[in-house]
Amino acid sequence: MTAAAVSELRKAYGSFEALRGVTFEIHAGEVFGLLGPNGAGKTTTVEILAGYRRRDSGTASVLGEDPERAGSAWRERIGVVLQSSATYANLTVAESLRLFAGYYAKPRPVDEVVELVGLQDKRRARVRTLSGGQKRRLDLGLALVGDPELLFLDEPTTGFDPAARRAAWETIRSLRALGKTILLTTHYLDEAEQLCDRVAVLREGRLEAIGAPAELAGAEPATEIRYRREGERLLVRTEDPTRELHELTGRALAEGWRLEELEVRRPSLEEVYLSLTETERE
Amino acid sequence: MRVLWHELRAQQLLFWRSRELAFFTFLLPIGFFVLLGSVYGEDEIEGVKGSRYLLAGLLGYGVAATAFAGLSISLVIRREEGILKRLRATPLPPATAIAAMLGSTLVVYALEAVALIAIGRAFFDVPVPDRLLSLALVLLLGALTFAALGLALTAFIRSGEGSSAVVNAIYLPMTFISGSFFSPHSFPRALELIGEILPLTHFIRVVRYVLLEHGQIWSRPGAVSIVAAWGVGGAIVAIRYFRWEPREG
Ligand SMILES: Nc1ncnc2c1ncn2[C@@H]1O[C@H](COP(=O)(O)OP(=O)(O)O)[C@@H](O)[C@H]1O
Ligand SMILES: [Mg+2]
Repeated sequence: MTAAAVSELRKAYGSFEALRGVTFEIHAGEVFGLLGPNGAGKTTTVEILAGYRRRDSGTASVLGEDPERAGSAWRERIGVVLQSSATYANLTVAESLRLFAGYYAKPRPVDEVVELVGLQDKRRARVRTLSGGQKRRLDLGLALVGDPELLFLDEPTTGFDPAARRAAWETIRSLRALGKTILLTTHYLDEAEQLCDRVAVLREGRLEAIGAPAELAGAEPATEIRYRREGERLLVRTEDPTRELHELTGRALAEGWRLEELEVRRPSLEEVYLSLTETERE
Repeated sequence: MRVLWHELRAQQLLFWRSRELAFFTFLLPIGFFVLLGSVYGEDEIEGVKGSRYLLAGLLGYGVAATAFAGLSISLVIRREEGILKRLRATPLPPATAIAAMLGSTLVVYALEAVALIAIGRAFFDVPVPDRLLSLALVLLLGALTFAALGLALTAFIRSGEGSSAVVNAIYLPMTFISGSFFSPHSFPRALELIGEILPLTHFIRVVRYVLLEHGQIWSRPGAVSIVAAWGVGGAIVAIRYFRWEPREG
């Protein structure tokens, strides 16, 4: 089942092309990550899918509708956390959630949402007194209060401290367990690796790669063997690590030297990402 | 309907909680009435008692403060902060959101009118108006017209910080020239001519007619249509140029 799909999506701001033909599909029930450096076009993509911006060309379908034309019934089914939005500073956390709950036909109980985003202690606090991270969590709560099927989270954890990030990850995992479909953007690789079923790597408005994080990492064939020999760092890339290691250790034993700091590793998603998004260096 | 009521209550809560806004749009006209009424409430202006004359002018100042200035400033701030953008992602229909803001403005202005009339009665010996239907209709017309103009104005303001400067620069001279505080007949000719164009002048004129001459709104079709025409013009601009998000780039 497809929750959302875009095909050959293009968008220019003036003469600057922010999206240059992006195609992907989000399956129902998965956490789909849009990964890319700043300016790659993540927000543009999300805001087109959430119905905020108009595409120049290409097709987009979200929960079976074109987001440019979708109405209130469609908005009942989506939840959105944007980078550039805010809520009333003079309301309390509980009041904000109650206000937004009133916009939906079948909202989740406010208390449940408060707990889900971990703001129990702040129920009665005015929004203006919340920290940046707490505001972000309230934002997530406001996106969840309508009990949406599909969530758009644009950099949901940017600016969080490590503990808050982990807590947000837990929340996102529990949403996935509830069967929600989630599109999240991030420029943190560990986040994509931890949370996403599939990841699309975006760079300068183009998709560079798409697949499960492990698949993407696996797409780079070579295994790396690193060690030090008499202080000198050495790196061997090989398609056949079993043979390479056998030979290496055999030689070391026979010749009586040590493989200091021996390390055998597959490249992580991070390295794949860096190699994909690296701009040409002179 | 349920959502409209829900949103209207929220808008009221937000209005009264925002102390600056409530002071600026609700208390200030009342304060001016008390102040000016004490200064020349006993004098005679254009053949009537000063305080009675002032009540009509301050109902005009009130509509400009509440429906025009207050509404546009708070909307610009909400737009620039991204609150309107957030609302756009919810199923709250845009028409309901606007209707609730207008409804909330009407509630505030109705309370303000009642407060002004009550203060006039209690302290300045101003009789309670007898043409209540006409008064209600003209105040409603004024509130809708100035709200439409306020909505239209939001399209031309680019930042939340700039909003009160821009709005004050328009509405303070307008209230002055239209004769909210004094009789416009004491103004230089040029100002008086400008006043003839402004909707607030005609609004105050109709209010004076209803309050002081016990007239009915339908006996002043000329002034009423000028006010209404401004309202329609404002609504057209508002519908055409209203933005839910800050201007990009
Ligand atoms: N409203 C806009 N007007 C002009 N340029 C924009 C606008 N929005 C985004 N851009 C540009 O488009 C590119 C992609 O932006 P964005 O989608 O926000 O990327 P990301 O979210 O991946 O950081 C950037 O170079 C950005 O400067
Ligand atoms: Mg972004």
